[in-house]
Amino acid sequence: MSLPLIVFFICALIAVVGAILLIVSREPIHSALSLILVMMALAVLYLLLGAEFIAAVQIIVYAGAIMVLFVFVIMVLNAGEEERTNWSRIAKFAGLPLGFFLLMWMAHWMADAAIGRTVANSGGGTTVAFSTVELSKLLFTKYLFPFEATSILILIAILGALVLAKREN
Amino acid sequence: MQISAEQIDNLQRLAPELILCFFGILIMVVDPFLGAARQRVLGWVAFIGTLAALGGVWVASHDLGYAYSNLIRTDQFSIFVHVVVIGAAALAILASLQYLDNEGIQRGEYYALVLFAAAGMGILAGANELVTSFIGLEMSSISSYVLVGFRRKSAQSNEASLKYFILGSFATAFFLYGIAMVYGATGTTRIDAVQTALAAAPLTSLSMLGLGLIFVGLGFKVVIAPFQIYAPDVYEGAPTPVTALLASAPKAATFALMIRIFYVSFGSAQSFWFWAVWISAVLTMCIGNLAAIVQTNVKRMLAYSSIAHAGYILVAFAASTEIGIAAVLFYLAAYALMKLGAFLVIAHLGQQGERRLNIQDYAGLGSKQPVLAACFSLFLLSLLGLPATGGFFGKFFAFQSALDSRIVWLVVIAAINSVIGAYYYLRVIISMYFWDPSKDYTPTAVAPTLSFALLVCAVGTLYLGILPARVLSLAKLAADSLILH
Repeated sequence: MSLPLIVFFICALIAVVGAILLIVSREPIHSALSLILVMMALAVLYLLLGAEFIAAVQIIVYAGAIMVLFVFVIMVLNAGEEERTNWSRIAKFAGLPLGFFLLMWMAHWMADAAIGRTVANSGGGTTVAFSTVELSKLLFTKYLFPFEATSILILIAILGALVLAKREN
Repeated sequence: MQISAEQIDNLQRLAPELILCFFGILIMVVDPFLGAARQRVLGWVAFIGTLAALGGVWVASHDLGYAYSNLIRTDQFSIFVHVVVIGAAALAILASLQYLDNEGIQRGEYYALVLFAAAGMGILAGANELVTSFIGLEMSSISSYVLVGFRRKSAQSNEASLKYFILGSFATAFFLYGIAMVYGATGTTRIDAVQTALAAAPLTSLSMLGLGLIFVGLGFKVVIAPFQIYAPDVYEGAPTPVTALLASAPKAATFALMIRIFYVSFGSAQSFWFWAVWISAVLTMCIGNLAAIVQTNVKRMLAYSSIAHAGYILVAFAASTEIGIAAVLFYLAAYALMKLGAFLVIAHLGQQGERRLNIQDYAGLGSKQPVLAACFSLFLLSLLGLPATGGFFGKFFAFQSALDSRIVWLVVIAAINSVIGAYYYLRVIISMYFWDPSKDYTPTAVAPTLSFALLVCAVGTLYLGILPARVLSLAKLAADSLILH
């Protein structure tokens, strides 16, 4: 077994365990912390795939910004223990088989792709940009327009937050 | 500095969006310097912005083609939808000037958000790439969430905004997930490249799942069943000029994107998505019409009626022929005019705080405000589909195109639904002309800006109802431009 494979299995295990803890734990703050675990483990997996940019973004944006926001919201709302209703029992009985079904279905696709049956469909001409350099080149040439449009989108979000939260005078 | 011909093309083909964003940012910059008393000026700035953007559409229409490495496709189809969307935004802004004063929420940000929303819808109409369209969709959606909650002191408005935001984000996630699946299946996110990829290889379950998820995401935005649950609450809670805008412009822009994805990208898979559209059309029409019957709140009734109309549009959509697409476009234009008109009348009649929305409040309006009542009747009759109004030809072309494609049962169900619709539209007209007027009502004068907006809607509705040929030929040109030659 090579080193990357060992790292993969360790991180994959951490991610799966973290995801299960996220759902099982009844304290919102525990769920949030397990989610950080999942994000970190995923970041390592991205790194193993050679996507260093996505790995960095995963840590900075998800594990950093978004999770801090989650934790803050949980603290501010002072959320207590999660309540169980009859509906959550139904969700358990209906959700588990459905989730299992989805997992198997996705595994089936991936196995298909690995064997190469669906690879033929994935049309030629796509360049896969692995390095940050290539990614940024694409971002500032071919995909300049959506990139710039995103800045307007963020501007709208800021303006919207201002409108809804500003104190009336 | 040398500007290449390609750059000039890029700017010209994207002129409407650039102008709208420029005016939006201009309003944001000027806003703090004006003070609370003079915010109304910004409304006029926004109105000028939409007029300038219509000029931008004119510029773009003389320079058709691709822009920004094929991510944007400025064709006649995109131009047609741009005119509808920006026109609707202009009329909504004009109507908002007085409304916001009455409600005491005259603020520049409102107009900036309307302009940004219009820019997002413009991107939606012209997008040739799925991620670009996603950004356009979000620009229009996020602005809408905020606009819906603009009456901050009203609990109803806040509730509507929150509901719209949570469910809307959910729908967006579906759309994005669908894009990812389609990318996984075809290796591209370009709408025309997906078409060639799908033509080369059979449909995989991955691309089908992707299309299904996209249908859910966009179906939410155009308000078709079974994704319509949020719409009545949101439409009722939003400030009425915003409701007018929401019911007309995003519907046109999102249907445009749906046509591009379903008809162009997945055109070869028509037999796969046909039944989904068919079932959704039936559900949409029936739910919209049956629920509208029992409403006593006229604003809510119109919200349900707008669901029903999305169903009629789906009938033409299901035809999936060039004529069908032209019928969808014509319907969208006619529908935008009459729906804007109807909601703007309500924006005035609701009075401060939107108190007077019940059907009883409209009793005897025909004798108290004959012109306004006549306008309202015209819009309602057009929504009903009476001849000599735009709504008639919208339905006529839609049903005819479906019959041409031999979708007879769908047309039969649509016709039955039109008859059901007659009940609740006529009830409002009857209350205006035949019921005893309510005594506590003192009519207020219609502001000149609102009268102008209503005049445009009324004249437009009559024009499309009496001389539909010119707009129909434009719609046919637009539908024709979609096909990749």
